[in-house]
Order: sequence, then structure tokens, then C-alpha cells
Amino acid sequence: MSLIGNSVPRLEDEPLLRGKGRFIDDLHMPRMLEAAFVRSPHAHALVRGIRKDAARALPGVHAVLVRADLLPHLRNEFIVVGLPSKDYKQNVNRPALVADEAVYVGQPVAMVVAENRYIAEDAAALVEVDWEPLSPAADCSAALSPGAPTAHRGSPHNLLAEFPIGYGDVDAAFASAAHVFKESFWQHRGGSHSIECRGTVAASDPNEERLTVWTSTQMAHAALRVLCDMLGRDEDSVRVVTPDVGGGFGPKLVFYAEDICVALAAIILGRPVKWIEDRLEHFVATTQERDQHWDVEVAVDGEARLLGIRGTLIHDHGAYTARGVNLPYNSAEQIAIGYELPAYRMNVQIALTNKVPVTPVRGAGHPQGVFVMERLLDRIARELDLDRAEVRRRNLVPATKMPYRTGVKNRGGMPVVLDTGDYLRCQEDALERAGWAEFGERQKNARNDGRYIGIGLANFVKGTGRGPFETVTVRIGPSGRILVYTGAAAMGQSTKTMLAQIVADQLGGDMTNVTVIAGDTGTVPTGMGGSNSRQAVLAGTSAHSAALKVREKAIRIAAHLLEAGEADLEIEGRSVHVKGVKKMAVELSKVASAVAGTAGYRLPGGVGPGLEAMESVVIDPMTYANGTAVAEVEVDIDTGGVRIVKMVFVHDCGRILHPQVVDGQLIGGVAHGIGNALFEWMRYDDQAQPLVGTLADYLLVTATEMPPVELAHHESPTPLNPLGIKGVGECGVIPIAPAVLSAVEDALKPFGARISRTPMMPSDIVALVRAFT
Amino acid sequence: MEESRPISVEVNGIAFRREVSVRMTLADFLRHDLMLTGTHVGCEHGVCGACTVLVNGRSARSCLMLAVQADGESVTTIEGIAPSPTTLHPLQQALKDHHGLQCGFCTSGMVTTLIEFLRDCPKPTERDVRVAISGNLCRCTGYQGIIDAVLRVTSTKDE
Repeated sequence: MSLIGNSVPRLEDEPLLRGKGRFIDDLHMPRMLEAAFVRSPHAHALVRGIRKDAARALPGVHAVLVRADLLPHLRNEFIVVGLPSKDYKQNVNRPALVADEAVYVGQPVAMVVAENRYIAEDAAALVEVDWEPLSPAADCSAALSPGAPTAHRGSPHNLLAEFPIGYGDVDAAFASAAHVFKESFWQHRGGSHSIECRGTVAASDPNEERLTVWTSTQMAHAALRVLCDMLGRDEDSVRVVTPDVGGGFGPKLVFYAEDICVALAAIILGRPVKWIEDRLEHFVATTQERDQHWDVEVAVDGEARLLGIRGTLIHDHGAYTARGVNLPYNSAEQIAIGYELPAYRMNVQIALTNKVPVTPVRGAGHPQGVFVMERLLDRIARELDLDRAEVRRRNLVPATKMPYRTGVKNRGGMPVVLDTGDYLRCQEDALERAGWAEFGERQKNARNDGRYIGIGLANFVKGTGRGPFETVTVRIGPSGRILVYTGAAAMGQSTKTMLAQIVADQLGGDMTNVTVIAGDTGTVPTGMGGSNSRQAVLAGTSAHSAALKVREKAIRIAAHLLEAGEADLEIEGRSVHVKGVKKMAVELSKVASAVAGTAGYRLPGGVGPGLEAMESVVIDPMTYANGTAVAEVEVDIDTGGVRIVKMVFVHDCGRILHPQVVDGQLIGGVAHGIGNALFEWMRYDDQAQPLVGTLADYLLVTATEMPPVELAHHESPTPLNPLGIKGVGECGVIPIAPAVLSAVEDALKPFGARISRTPMMPSDIVALVRAFT
Repeated sequence: MEESRPISVEVNGIAFRREVSVRMTLADFLRHDLMLTGTHVGCEHGVCGACTVLVNGRSARSCLMLAVQADGESVTTIEGIAPSPTTLHPLQQALKDHHGLQCGFCTSGMVTTLIEFLRDCPKPTERDVRVAISGNLCRCTGYQGIIDAVLRVTSTKDE
């Protein structure tokens, strides 16, 4: 029986359940010191001077480091992100530590290294910084107004980049349209808030002349690249190792100032140094998603068929470039994916602000694009007095047109071609499960009882498996154990299980004989890491391909050892045997030993040495997953509380490798989406001071807000990889805010409510009701 | 110098005598002095619940408790839950069977919280379970696998 498609036990679970995981803060080493950072309390300010004496004098303090202390050890003091765009009007790379101008609250200015974190924090409070506050750029729209304060003193303006996305003659489409509707949206997404914050440990080992950096990252090889660039070192003299990662959700793919500072402190002091981020630091110093302002128009014909969409998107970039222009690009691109849209033009403006840099959080800009599109479709339905589902039915890309070439290109310049899927079938399935057709009657009855219930739906199509590759090595040594090394990242999505499952499927089916090492740059030369729902697609494909090669070689060697024909052999458990004759067998350890080499003797079977294969299968085109969410809510018009009564989620991620894991990914994403719809707001004031800093004032969804999710799976395998896999990691989050808020709007129809923002907090809902009454 | 005090504390059935800084949290004491790193620290302000341990059988946020406050007490951490190196506690096994954990960072606090809860409320409804873990944040699972696991453990007891 194939392991693929079955909910096999996860490799990760047993140690985690026993408290035997090894997360970054679990690493202890002899002579290790701990670090704390002095951070800017101002959104924008000049540093007139830094006095270290009092901090340095505190017993237990080993160093207080400022920029000048780091420079002699740096070839390049800036973190340069390798995501080029021709649209940049300014380059704003992050420095290791502030030189003379801090540009967001939380930016590291100095670093204290001490015997332990307690002393380090005491000392950090004793570092005296002479600040001269400057006017900040707070709101991203206002930041683009003429005469607005600039986020960086030397910049001419706050426009980081501007570009159009689109195709077709959009103005002609509007000129001939039966109806044109205009909407403005403000959308906010908050932080990632993995329950484990960030952290880095570095040790410079003089015996090896190598710097080892353990870090809670989604992209070990990218971290290696930045470290080598900044330190002026070669790839052998730095090693990045990923321990267990307690959730990533996007921001852990970024390399941070703290990472290079910890590495430098270890080099300068000659001792291991650890820094563990606390939750307040996670709020102010870890990248997040934030604000987008959209002004859009949609043109439709008399039958509610889309003719064109045009508009502008202003995106809050934060103070520095930590991840290219991909977020707003994804948002704008998303509008043109999933529905047949003849003409499209979105002008994207990316604004610098005096806030922590913005980079992807699970979904990476796609939820915002879906929100805009789904809200527009709801508007069309309302204006033309059509069922919301019917408007979508008339516009979804039909299965008969697959593969469907959209008018847009992805940020890598490749055309977006929807590969497989039956979007309408997903929608119809979801509607049926949710009782869409009967809901009107229930709603009427509820209203008669003074209860406000509503239903909403949203579709999404999401590009997954962003290439070009992921590296996987499969090796069987003389021990007989199957070792899998990869540049992919394991951060909770069962990556190790997924790879073990795919590899074991070809090599005997015993997953307990597989060890997966992920995110250690000492084991594979290249790697991309975890982002963009890519790992099952790319690492999975490379693992499959490598396992096939190892299998072929193992069988060839075994055929020689057993004096049998290759076609007569199979691998089962930990040995190769003649089909149907289990006694005629040779253990994998013997097979591997046979090609380990014995001085003076030939290798058996005419094969080369070693039993291993490294694969980095290149897959450039993305594969598109899709799905439909239908939410039913009840709104308390007095308190503004929204209870999600029912959530149906029907989706298609191609061939399912592990049903339980797929369910887990989706439901987790749904929870995140509910947070974005109703709770999560990384709020700043007009001086760009954060107004939240604890998990008591920034609300994550808890078990009591989370409805049971009814899931259904459709499987349209993609032809783009041999296993037919599409990605799933981000899919759950994407349609949730528009589905939930469509339902809230539906519940509040008697009050003429219109919702054009995320999140909608209880106070916002009460305001909608009161505006009417 | 920092003020310190001797404490005697039993952790997972083993008695320890240690000299600890008076401001050291119980979480840091467990993690960094006793090297019991299975207790995880997620927010250090008592909201996320990841650091929950059992003190004399009652759940406590080890980030909000000082090590000196545990003097004379008995503490159980996640390392002390499974009956043996080869067998998991039924709740741990159910979490494994129902995919009640992904990254596993919140898991220790979920398990300790639920052990106390199931002792007090052996036959909970789904709603009871949701309320019981509403002080434990999980960013990965959406809680459904955890709730399924608890309901399975409690229904097995009936059979």
C-alpha cells in the first residue's frame, strides 16, 4: 500500500508531545552569553550620541555594542534583500544597527551582551541615547501627499516604487459598460505571532574556523547568503542550522538585524551568544503585514459579467525594504486570477512609513486581493439584485477552459496560467453543504425573533509552489538508515513527515527508518526554504525524484549481491528481496556497505560509489489551488459581537499527500483568516507609535471564537509535477475575511450596513448599526 | 549582586535544592537551571498559556510565577506527563492521533492545562473543552485537532 494519500503518523509528534523538542531557546552551550537590544522609542529620530558607561559598568555585562563596534567586522553593514525590481525609486536597506537616524519604533540601536538575559535587560535600560525626535510618516496614504514628512531624512519623498499591473483596453471596457460601481477599501493585516518568537544563537569555533548560527528561520540558505555577504566570508566558513521552529507564518523568512548582531557578538567576544525575542519585540521589531488603501471601479455588462476593473492601491511598506515589492504585487495580481476578467489596470504605489518593515504573513497579499474582488462581486449582486453566488457563477473561470491563461504575469515575469481545477464545482459543493439555498427562510425567521444571522461566501484561487526549486538529498549509508537532507524548512507544517512519506514510499515503506534534516546549510549546498505554499510541491518533487534514483541503484546493487534479475526485486522494510521469496533478501545496510568502497576491490554491479542522490528539480510555473468558503454568522447588534456559527470550506489542492495534515493546514489558516476579519489590528497612532504590544490588546483567535470547520476536498492533480501536488499552507486563510464579512453585512442588511475594511471590530459593527438607527 | 535564596522544589517527582535569584521566573528556572526545556515561553505576560505547568496539580503560568514561590511545592512539567519512554499519556496519544499539534510550541501548555481540566471535568462537552483551552493560544491548528483529541479521550473512558 502506498504511503501517499494516507494519514501516516507524523515523525515530529512524539518528541514534541514529550517536551523533547529542540527549539532555539532550548539550546544551551558552555560559556554562552545572552543579549538584549536597546531599541528606538521614537518612530523617527536622530541619534545625537550614545553613552554606554553605566551599562558597561554593571556586573555581568560583557559588552555594549553600537554601530562603530560592528563596522570593523562588516564588509557590508546593510542587509541586502535579493529580490530585484526595476520599479524601485529608492533603495532603503536595513542597517545592522542605527547609524544616526532611527526610522521606526523598535529599531535596534545598541546591543548588550551579558551573563544572562536578566542582566542584559538591566544594562540595556542603562544605555543612554540622546534622541532628537523628527516628524514621522505614519499613514501610508498621507505619506504620499506632497509635503508629507519623509520617513528617511535624506529622501526626496516616500514613494518607494510605483508600477501598473494589467492588460487589455480597460478604459474602453468602462466606456461601454452597462454598470460601473466604485468602492474604497482599507485593509489591515497584522503580525504573524507564531507562539515561538524569533531567536538566534551564534558560536564562532576557532577549532573549525567556522561561525555556526542557529536561528529560528524559514530560509536557512538565504540567511547564509546574507551572513556571507555582510561578513565577507565564504560559504564554508559559515553554517546556518535551523532547530525546531515554533511556527513561522512568513516573518521568519526574513533575515534580521538581530541575527547579524548576534553573529558579530559571538565573533567579537569569542563566546557563544544567544538572543531570544520577547513578545513585545515581536510586535515592534518583527516584520508584519499592515495597511493597504484601495480605490477601485468595476465595469459589468447587463448580465453581471465582468468587463473590467481599474483602480489604485497604496501599500504600506514600512521603513525599509525587507522583502521586495512582492506583497502589493501579489495583491494586485490576485484580482485577475479566478474570474474571467477581460481588462484590468491597477496602479500600485508603495509608500515608505516610519513603521517596522512589511513582509509577507501567511497569504502574502493574496487575501487582500481576494477581499477586494469578492467585495466587488457582492456589490454587483446587490446593485443588480442577483444572488451573490449567481454573480460568481457567471464569472468564474470554467473547468472547460483549463488550462486557462490569465492576462497577468507573476512577479517573476511568468504568465499566470491556471493549470487545473473546477472552481464552480467547489462553489456549488460548498453552497450545498452550507444550506445556502434555504438560508433566506432561516434568516427571515431569525429576524422575526430579533436575531441577526447572515451568510457569506468567497472563492479563491492561489498560486502555490513558487519555484524555481528545492534541494533534497536522499542517502543510505552503511547503517542502513535513510537520511534525507533538504533546504526546505520545517516549522510546523509536517515537512519532515511529508518528505519521509514520499521517500519511504519508494524505499521500503518504513518511515521509522527515515531521518529528515531540514534547514542545515552544512548538509545541502542550495536551498530555498519555506514560503508561498511551496514545500510539498518543490521539496516533495525533489524527494520523489531522488528516492527513485536511490531505489534504482539499490536494486541494481542488490541484484548483483543476490544474483537475481533487477525486475524480480523489491524493497520492503529495511531490505531488498526477491518478490515472493522473502528469504532471498539483502539488507539495505549491506547494499549501502557494498558501495561504500573497499580498498583494491571493484564496486559491485558496475555502479558508482555511494548510495545517494541529490535532486533540485526545477519547476518554474506555479500550480493553482482553489476553494470556496461559506460562513454563517450571528451578530449581536448591541455589543457588535460576531459569532461564527458555521464555516464550510471546500478546496482543491491537487493530489492529497496526507489528509490529516491538509486538514490541519486549512483549519489553521481559517483561524488566522478569522483573526484578520474580526480581531487582529496592529494599531499605531498618528505619530507612528504602536498602540498594542501584548497579546491582551492584540487578539489572536482562541478556541471559543473558532467554529468547527466543515471541510471537503476535491482533487484536481496538476500535470506540473509527477505527484500532482498543489500547495496548501496558505490556502485556508485566503477567502475567510471576505466570506465572514459578507456574512456580517448580510446579517446587518436591515441596517443598510456596508463593509469595506478589515478588521471589523465590535465597535465598528456597533457604529454601523447606530449610523442607521 | 543579585539577591538569591535557596529553594527546595520537587519537579516531576525528583527533589531539587537550588540557590536561585529572587527575580527568576519559574519558567526560566525550569528551563535554564533544571534544563527541562519542554516548558515553552511564548509571551511572558500570562496570555498565551504555552508555559503552563502544574503546581501541586493546579495549572500555573510559569512565566508569571517566581521560582522562589515554588519553594516547598511540587511541580509537574510536560516531561513528567508520559508514564514511560515508550508509552504516552492517553491525552498525548490522542493529540498525536488527531493531529492536535503542528509546530508543537503550544503543546506543553495545552497538555498540562487539559490534564487539570479533565481531572475536574472528566466528561466535558465540546463547549467545555473550548472554554478550558481558551487561555492557551495556538497559531497552527485552529484548535480543532486538539478538541477532537480531548473528546476522543473522554469518550473512550465511557466505553
